Amino acid sequence: MATTVLHPAATRYRSGLYEWLTTTDHKKIGILYLVNSFVFFFIGGVLALVVRTELAAPGLQFLSDEGLYNQVFTMHASFMLFLFVIPILAGFANYVVPLQIGAPDMAFPRINALSFWMLPLAGLLMGSGFLVGGAAAAGWTSYSPLSQDRPLSSTGPGQDLWIVGLLLIGTSSILGAVNFIVTIFKMRAPGMTLFRMPILVWTALTTSVLVLMATPVLASALIMLFIDRNYGGHFFDPATGGNAVLWQNVFWFYSHPAVYIMVLIAMGIVSEVLPVFSRKPLFGYKAFVFATVGIGALGFSVWAHHMFTTGADYLPFFSLMTFLIAVPTGVKMFNWVFTLFRGKLTLSTPLLFALGFLSMFLIGGINGAFAASVPIDYAIQDTYWVVAHLHYVLFGGSVFGVFAGTYYWFGKMSGRMLDETLGKIHFVMMFVGFNMAFFPQHALGLAGMPRRIADYGAANGWTELNTVSTLGAFLLGASMIPFLWNVFVSLRSGKPAGDDPWEGNTLEWATSSPPPPYNFDRLPEIRSERPLFDLRHAKARPDVTPPDPGTAPQPTL
Amino acid sequence: MTSDAAALTAVEHSPVGGLAHDQRGGISNPILGMILFICSEVMFFSGLFAAYFSTRAAYSPWPPAVDDEVLREAFNIKAEPWFALVLTIVLVISSFTCQFGVWAIRRDDRTAFMRFFAVTLVLGVTFLICQIYDYMTLGFGLSDGPFGTTFYTLTGFHGAHVFGGAIMLSVVLYRGMAGQFSSRHHDAVEATSLYWHFVDVVWIGLFSTLYLL
Repeated sequence: MATTVLHPAATRYRSGLYEWLTTTDHKKIGILYLVNSFVFFFIGGVLALVVRTELAAPGLQFLSDEGLYNQVFTMHASFMLFLFVIPILAGFANYVVPLQIGAPDMAFPRINALSFWMLPLAGLLMGSGFLVGGAAAAGWTSYSPLSQDRPLSSTGPGQDLWIVGLLLIGTSSILGAVNFIVTIFKMRAPGMTLFRMPILVWTALTTSVLVLMATPVLASALIMLFIDRNYGGHFFDPATGGNAVLWQNVFWFYSHPAVYIMVLIAMGIVSEVLPVFSRKPLFGYKAFVFATVGIGALGFSVWAHHMFTTGADYLPFFSLMTFLIAVPTGVKMFNWVFTLFRGKLTLSTPLLFALGFLSMFLIGGINGAFAASVPIDYAIQDTYWVVAHLHYVLFGGSVFGVFAGTYYWFGKMSGRMLDETLGKIHFVMMFVGFNMAFFPQHALGLAGMPRRIADYGAANGWTELNTVSTLGAFLLGASMIPFLWNVFVSLRSGKPAGDDPWEGNTLEWATSSPPPPYNFDRLPEIRSERPLFDLRHAKARPDVTPPDPGTAPQPTL
Repeated sequence: MTSDAAALTAVEHSPVGGLAHDQRGGISNPILGMILFICSEVMFFSGLFAAYFSTRAAYSPWPPAVDDEVLREAFNIKAEPWFALVLTIVLVISSFTCQFGVWAIRRDDRTAFMRFFAVTLVLGVTFLICQIYDYMTLGFGLSDGPFGTTFYTLTGFHGAHVFGGAIMLSVVLYRGMAGQFSSRHHDAVEATSLYWHFVDVVWIGLFSTLYLL
C-alpha cells in the first residue's frame, strides 16, 4: 500500500505566544475558543449590568439617552449570542469531540484555526461601532426598517460594522460545521460506530448540520441588508418598495435553528456529566440520539413562531410544530431524570451545574410553551415574559451547561482541578442571582412591561420587581468573581487532576491530562458507548475480552 | 505490524492525518468537506432566491411598472435573452471540459487534464468578462427598484462565485504544472470540479428564473 511518509511536524516545539497564535492543535484551538468566548461573556455581562442599572428605577438616571440604551442592549445580545454562547459551545466541541471519538485532531486543522481567528476579529468589528459614533442599535434581530440607513433608524456605520462582523462569525461557524461533520464521519477510531459515539458528539453533529444549513441563509439576509443600506437596494424597506416581513422570514429561518445551535451542545455536556456523577449509564441512549436528531429536523419548521403577530404566516402550522418540538425535548428531560433516578449521586460542582441546567431549562421550556400558543403569544409578544423565557433557556440552560462543562473538563484541559468549595460558592451565587434577576420578569411581562425600553413610568407599578431583578443581576455578575479567582488559583496550585479524576466513561479520560499532541498513545478497545467503563470493569464482564495493553491488537496511533 | 496498520499509523500521525490517502476507504475528507460546503452554498442561494420570489410575488406585473420609458424597455430582459443564452452555453461547455479533465487525471493522463482545465478556466473568465459587458449595457442599475436590486444581487453573487471558482481552477492548474496530481492523488481536482459544476447549476437556475420564467 502506498503511503506518504510525512515529516513529524508534531514533535517540533515552538514556545509560548507564538505557539498559541499559530497552533492547529484542536485542543489549543478549543481553549482559545473558550477564553475568547469568556472575554465576550464578561463584556456582554457588563453591558447587561448597564441595562439593569438603567432599569432599576423609573427615569433616565444612568445613561445619557435612549439611543445609547439601544446600542447597549443590542450589543449585549450580539456579544452574548454570537460571540459567547455559539462559539463557547463550538469550543467545547472542538476540545472534546476529537478526544471522545479517538481521533488525533480535527479533519482540517488549519481551517479549524481559521474558524477561530475570525471570531476575535468579528468581535472587534462589532464592538468598534462604539468608537465611530454609535454601535448597532436595532436589536440583535435587526428588524427592518429599524436597521435601515435612514433618519430615526440606524444611520451611521455601527450597523454596517455589525453586519460585517456577523458575516465573519457566520463564515467561521460554517467552516467549523464542515470540519466537525467530516471529523465525526471520517475520523472515528476503529470500533467507534455511530451508535457508540458519546452524546456530546451526537449533539455536535446535529448542531453542525443546523449551522451548515441555516447560517448561509443568515449570510444572504445580511448581505441583502447591507445592499439595502449601502447601495440603494430595495429588499426590506417598505418605503422603497421592499418587504419588511421578508427580513423577518430569512432572519428567523436562521435564528430559530440557531436557538438549537445555542443549546444542543450544552445538552450534550449535561448528558456527559449526569451519567458520570450518578454512576449509571445514560438512560435511553438511542432515544436520546433520536430526540437530538429530531430536534434538529423539526428546528427548521418553527421559525415563524417568532412572527405570529405579523399575521403573515400560517398560524396553526407553526403553532403545532412549535408544540411538537417540545416532545423530543421532553424525551431528553425524561432521559436525564431517569439517569439520576436511583443513581449514586456525587454532588460535585459539575453535577450541581448540570442540575441547575435541568431545573432552569425546564422552566424555560414551560414558559416558552405559553408563547407557542397563538392567543397567549398575542398578549405577551415583545414583553418581559419573552425576555424571561429566552434567558431561562439561554442562561439557565446553555450557560449552566457551559459551567458544568468548564468544571468537568478543566482538569483535562489544564491538568489541575478547580476548587470544589469555590465552585459551590459560584454555583449558589449564580443560581440565586439568576432566578432573582429573571423570575420577576415573568410577572413584569404579564403586567405589560415591553422589552427594549430604556424607561418606564412610576405609575406602572413595575418599579419593585425591576429593582429586585437588577439586584439579582448584580449578584449574578458577582458570582463570576469566585469563578475567576478559582481559575486563577487552580491553574497555579490546584489539585493535580490525573488522567481520570471523575472515573469518566468516554475516551478523553483514557489519555493524560492535558493530552499530548495528537491525543493518544494507545486506545482502549471500543465495544460500547462507555469504553472506559468497560476497561475498568473488564473482569466483571466475561463476555468482554479483557483489553491487555501488552498483547491485544492496539490501534497504536 | 501489518502494512495496513503501518499505513494507518503514518496517516494518523501526520499533521494532515486522513488527508488524501484515507486508508479506511470511502469518500476522502477534502471531497466530503467540499460537498458539505456546497450544501451550505445551496442554502445561501436559497436565501437569495427566496427573497427574489417573495419580492416578485408582491408585484404584478413583474417587472414592476415604471413611468420611465427607457427603464421599462431595459427591464424587459426576457425579450432579448440571447446574450444570456450564450453565457449559459459557455458555462455549460466549461462544466463538460472540467469533467473531461477530471476523467483524464483519473486515468493518469496529465496532459489532457491540464488542457481541459485550461480550457475550463478560459471559458470561466470569458463568462465573467461577458457578464461585466452585460452589466454595462443593461441600462438599469442596482438601485432601480426591486427588479434591479434582485437582478444584480442574484447575478452578482453568482458572478462572485464564478470568480472564486476561477481562482480555484488557477490554483489547480498551478499545482498541476508542478506535477502534484496523479490518478491516485487528485482530491483538489475533484473538489474543484464539484464546485464548478455547482456554480454552473446555479447559473442554469438563474437563467431560467430571470430570463424564462
